[in-house]
Amino acid sequence: MRKTLTLVLAGLTTLGLAAGAYADDYITLASTTSTENSGLFNAILPQFKAATDIQVRVIAVGTGQAFEIARRGDADSLLVHDTAGELRFVENGYATERADVMYNDFVVIGPGNDPANVRQAQTAAEAFANIAEAQAPFASRGDDSGTNRAELRRWENAGVEPDGDWYRELGSGMGPTLNTAAAMDAYVMSDRATWVAFKNRQNLTLLFDGDDVLFNQYGSLLLSKEKHPHLKHDLAEKWHKWLISEQGQKAIADFQVDGQQLFFPNAK
Amino acid sequence: MENNAFYVALSLLMNLDAALFQIVALSLQVSLLAVLAAALLGFPLGAAVALWRFPGRGGVIVALNALMGLPPVVAGLTVYLLLSRAGPLGEWGLLFTPTAMVIAQFVLVLPILAALSRQKVEELLGEYREQFISLGMSRSRMMPTLLWDARFTLLTVLLAGFGRASAEVGAVMMVGGNIDGVTRVMTTAIVLETSKGDLPLALGLGIVLLTLVMLINAGAYVVSELAKRRVG
Amino acid sequence: MTSFNALLNAASTLCPPTALRFEGVAFSHLGETLLGPCSFTLTGPGPTLVMGPNGAGKSILLRLAHGLLSPTQGQVSWSGEGRPRQAMVFQNPVLLRRSAVANLTHALAVNNTPRKARRKLALEALERFGLTARADTSARVLSGGEQQRLALARAWVLAPDVLFLDEPTSALDPAAIKAVETAVREFHQRGTRIVMTTHDLHQAKRLAGDVLFLAGGKIKEHTLTDSFFSSPASKEARAFIAGELVE
Repeated sequence: MRKTLTLVLAGLTTLGLAAGAYADDYITLASTTSTENSGLFNAILPQFKAATDIQVRVIAVGTGQAFEIARRGDADSLLVHDTAGELRFVENGYATERADVMYNDFVVIGPGNDPANVRQAQTAAEAFANIAEAQAPFASRGDDSGTNRAELRRWENAGVEPDGDWYRELGSGMGPTLNTAAAMDAYVMSDRATWVAFKNRQNLTLLFDGDDVLFNQYGSLLLSKEKHPHLKHDLAEKWHKWLISEQGQKAIADFQVDGQQLFFPNAK
Repeated sequence: MENNAFYVALSLLMNLDAALFQIVALSLQVSLLAVLAAALLGFPLGAAVALWRFPGRGGVIVALNALMGLPPVVAGLTVYLLLSRAGPLGEWGLLFTPTAMVIAQFVLVLPILAALSRQKVEELLGEYREQFISLGMSRSRMMPTLLWDARFTLLTVLLAGFGRASAEVGAVMMVGGNIDGVTRVMTTAIVLETSKGDLPLALGLGIVLLTLVMLINAGAYVVSELAKRRVG
Repeated sequence: MTSFNALLNAASTLCPPTALRFEGVAFSHLGETLLGPCSFTLTGPGPTLVMGPNGAGKSILLRLAHGLLSPTQGQVSWSGEGRPRQAMVFQNPVLLRRSAVANLTHALAVNNTPRKARRKLALEALERFGLTARADTSARVLSGGEQQRLALARAWVLAPDVLFLDEPTSALDPAAIKAVETAVREFHQRGTRIVMTTHDLHQAKRLAGDVLFLAGGKIKEHTLTDSFFSSPASKEARAFIAGELVE
């Protein structure tokens, strides 16, 4: 019995060690699905590794979950797109510093035949108002993520309370929401990066973009040494600094999908 | 799209896609290790519940049976809260590692192995009890004998546990984080590709996973049939 | 009855004092009394054949004697030097899903026989009961007669002082019955005290030293075989011997 127990524990630790053996140094980065799904990390992480010999392990989850992971001390670094939430995080002492890294924008996607006439809208407010008036099916993430909150601000801005059968709150991430919208032939607001990389478009197409209010800022956070002393703060700082460095910013700018740049570096 | 998916699955396998192999290898490692560990604890546990009368025994049996249906995401969440730095076992630093995934699947599979082995051992005990007592066997002495005698059924139970482990995604997603190259397994890869809208690839991966599990089951069937024929 | 006891007492001075005693023993289940109350002592060399119609309580009596059941009333005890080593063979042989020889080595292992001696003892027993050719065959694919002989071989390796058998041949064909009865005699010759149930009159005539006759959960007769068959005292015994149904 004891023999088998030690064998099992050895097997378990080997697995754990194997995970560590992938790179000598690594940090865990909690980020969002837009950065992962678009392929940004696949493009820039190898460059970071080449420069610093540090592997970045990305946990791509919804913004809310990313904050929770960082709050619990399960990640060394945080890169999300919810500026208000990020500032609160610093205020509450979980992070010591927040920096602008890059931005992109949100876009309004919808069925090709565009029953709500979103194509013709001049502003985001108009686009959303049109959808509400036509009571055209709209797929909302409904998960209190950064994107979701941004979407709700658009409705507010349009003077609309989204309610009724046409407004479907899915409680899902961006990808699954797009899948559902494609199947429902519904309108949906997405970040551009996820949309450009998304393959299951069916009837959906990009109908509205360009309004300044659809601006989507990404920020990197340096986590607090005090709250979680065990984290790899030195390595995380290297990552944070690299993101806003010339090399990092260039790597972000160089990333393209189908000839389109998806993220625009704007570190100060 | 369905034709597409089969083609994708086939080309994935033919091209000996290195990333795919890594994912498949990790999936097998995690699930097999979890099932073996769960068997080491679960089979004696099930046998013990079958052999001994104790207060609350009925409750234990009901609980084991009910936990067979433990939702994977709940198991994942529970293990996550345990292993998180903010949790009781945070110091072990196991979150987002394959070890955490093994633990989560262990939790998921243990009730299945314990509940089903209990049922089989109890059945055998009905047949053997008088003879065992006549031979002077104590209840603890009966345990290894009964478990070995039940080996063919227990193999099927093991396969059921393995099926459950290799099919689930909720637990490994939560505690593993689906980290590329570190904790990405077949099921989480399928979820990822689905969320990217690449449904043919997702389905193709699904077909690869199914084929794998089917091969394992076929192998186990052949082995057990050969053995059964000898033992009767 | 008194002359019989005198005879048994005389016999017991010649044989090892392993006497089974039932004092006011009764067994009830769910309010129904299935056996007893009854009292008797089994001394003498045996073999004791416990006879009676179905439902008479023979199997229960055997299990009470062996300790598989506890009496709801009264006491089962053994006189002599401590509790004797016992073994039991059931109507349907209970064998493990392993080879014939493995079934025996398992019993020896339970018995804490040193590992090195087990296989040798097992093979010897198999030979004695004519099962050498079947040593590595799975016990479960053996014929009914072979399985019962294997069960006897298992009892043999344990060298019991007392061997209980519960209708061991009722499921067997004549050739197998003969083989089992021969085996029982081997045990008897070795000095094992045999207590066996049967509903087969002829078997009793062939094997018995003394007869314990039950009907309706009560002991009706307890005599030497010859006197049981030549002059049965109770009407139930008479009916039974005549082959009539006994209520």
